[in-house]
Amino acid sequence: MVNSVTNFGRSGLYDWVIQRLSAVILAIYTLFLFGFVVATPDLTFAEWHGLFSQVWMKVFSLAALISICAHAWVGMWTISTDYITGSTSLRFIFQLVMAGFLFTYLVWGIDILWSV
Amino acid sequence: MNSNRPKNLDLTTIELPLPAKASILHRISGFALFFAVAFMLCALGASLESEQSFNELKEVMNGGLAKFITWGILSALGYHFVAGVKHLLMDMGIGETKESGRTGAIITLIAGVVVIVLAGVWVW
Repeated sequence: MVNSVTNFGRSGLYDWVIQRLSAVILAIYTLFLFGFVVATPDLTFAEWHGLFSQVWMKVFSLAALISICAHAWVGMWTISTDYITGSTSLRFIFQLVMAGFLFTYLVWGIDILWSV
Repeated sequence: MNSNRPKNLDLTTIELPLPAKASILHRISGFALFFAVAFMLCALGASLESEQSFNELKEVMNGGLAKFITWGILSALGYHFVAGVKHLLMDMGIGETKESGRTGAIITLIAGVVVIVLAGVWVW
């Protein structure tokens, strides 16, 4: 067993709930975007930009972005504690790199959404 | 925990049952999606920046490599989605027995293949 000090909520149950809640948000967001693109053949910039200009879409997109970060963190944390069991420092470095990616995604995504 | 319990975790000596195959593919697709987010944010940014960058993105997406990457991302997303739904159903107690778990894995793998083929048709 590896030390669980870096897991999200310091508790497996909390991580389990976060993983499920973010999964449901991401599933709904994916289906919505897929539906929009399918329902709008020959999508134009005006239609696309118009969608992302709506405040509710910004809220929806930000919820999806935060969900990606939480969901991916729990997933990557699980992968790291399953496979990198030999060295605590190596596992910590892996987790640090993953967190760096996700923080970048978060700021980058907010920048995109708020530039619209 | 008893650290002396016997265990065999040498996966090369184990024929994985179908639910295990469905599960490891879920994990692999999730790992791939972690890095795919960078491509998706790149595309989202370009699509929303200006009409010009939107049209340039459309142009780029017609390229063979871009189509292949898009198909790969959609495949990973599609499979992860299907296998994730199976997870949520199992959380609700559906398909937890040995037999129904196997059936669920078969349905997941078939649905995954269907989604991947449809994604290919959509992209090309």
